[in-house]
Amino acid sequence: MSVARRIIPCLDVNDGRVVKGVNFIALKDAGDPVEIAKRYNEEGADELTFLDITASSDNRGLLFDIVEKVAKQIFIPLTVGGGVRSCEDIRNLLNAGADKVGINTSAILNPDLVAESTSRFGSQAIVVAIDAKKVDDHWEVFTHGGRKASGIDAVSWAQKMAELGAGELLITSMDRDGTKKGFDNILMKIISDIVEVPIIASGGVGNLQHLVDGVKDGGADAVLAASIFHYGEFTIKEAKQYMIENNIEIRL
Amino acid sequence: MIAIIDYGIGNLKSVHNAVSFISPQTKSIVTSDPDIVSKADKVIFPGQGAMPDCILQLNKRGLKGAVIEAAKEKPFLGICLGLQMLFETSEEGDVEGFGLLPGAVKRFQLNKNERIKIPHMGWNKVHLSTSHPLWNKIDSDSRFYFVHSFYAEVANKNLVMATSTHGEEFTCAIAKDNVFAVQFHPEKSSKLGLQLLKNFISWNI
Repeated sequence: MSVARRIIPCLDVNDGRVVKGVNFIALKDAGDPVEIAKRYNEEGADELTFLDITASSDNRGLLFDIVEKVAKQIFIPLTVGGGVRSCEDIRNLLNAGADKVGINTSAILNPDLVAESTSRFGSQAIVVAIDAKKVDDHWEVFTHGGRKASGIDAVSWAQKMAELGAGELLITSMDRDGTKKGFDNILMKIISDIVEVPIIASGGVGNLQHLVDGVKDGGADAVLAASIFHYGEFTIKEAKQYMIENNIEIRL
Repeated sequence: MIAIIDYGIGNLKSVHNAVSFISPQTKSIVTSDPDIVSKADKVIFPGQGAMPDCILQLNKRGLKGAVIEAAKEKPFLGICLGLQMLFETSEEGDVEGFGLLPGAVKRFQLNKNERIKIPHMGWNKVHLSTSHPLWNKIDSDSRFYFVHSFYAEVANKNLVMATSTHGEEFTCAIAKDNVFAVQFHPEKSSKLGLQLLKNFISWNI
């Protein structure tokens, strides 16, 4: 008996609307983040992640309304990331109702932000997201949505982030993201073994076996997926059932 | 009126949101005002972050006395750090807690035989040790959401209301008279978490 592995659907939010097709039957408004969040919650999602991909800073405020609305109706952990630059940004998101805030590019530009924010808000509130791409025989951290190489080794970076106080690491393989070929479980396993904190595997899920592999081969404590749930290929319930059949501890 | 103690760390809105959702007619206030805490009928003491910071922030706001008074006399629900604070000492920063209950707060130890992650984060089974009004409509071994690296080692086993297992078994709920406290987060534990908060709202001592 132990803690259950988590299944986390990720919602990309642009200008206050969920993008990428969301294929729920009988959903009045397929782009409404609140309605989608409710549906995922009913299906048994263990947490929800909102990723703000809004380009224009004018519309970033819309995310706060969404977080506020979701937090008033859904009582599971909410993680919010995308464009987080300062302790002020983090505080505003926590005040809106986020439980955890994801930091990605800003952690590279300013590693002090991780140390400062974890000491101010607690480790449990800070998730460091790492976008990694294989370069020769190692993995490198990429920033700006995977467009910019940082020259930093992803495994040692993961270690450093955990040491600075991150409560959790979200590892996305940029090689696998969008390919539907499954997680980069070699990378996941190396990081999972080396850090004390939980890791969330992301990037590449195309079927339910990939979720199982992420846990069994990658050692992931949680698995994050977007398109397989958004396009209605599988429900969260089906994913959980499949993981249970494969002897993985899951909350039903 | 239910006072939800605010000492400036973490997401306290979620407790307030949850109470408002299940019982719109119940007045609940997120507050760092000792007078409001003293006047409240019930008190919820949610906690996140580190124990030394919590003590510092409580002292800074002049809240420590009011919280201890509340824990001595009115229905009191401690959540996460709000459970740990009730005990005598903590390994986290080697600080002293309120000392209202006998025991010490310890950190999970990495275990060679079984891989565990610290913090203990996610949905784990809560095994009920005994019946209590706050367990109304909650089955033993249901899952609740946890996120913590420390747990209370309770000296008086009669206080233990539930246990969970992360590498080793630990106490995840305690009660004494007017006090009930849980290591997990009912405000983030979906339906069953809301049920526990409902039970607290209707708890008469």
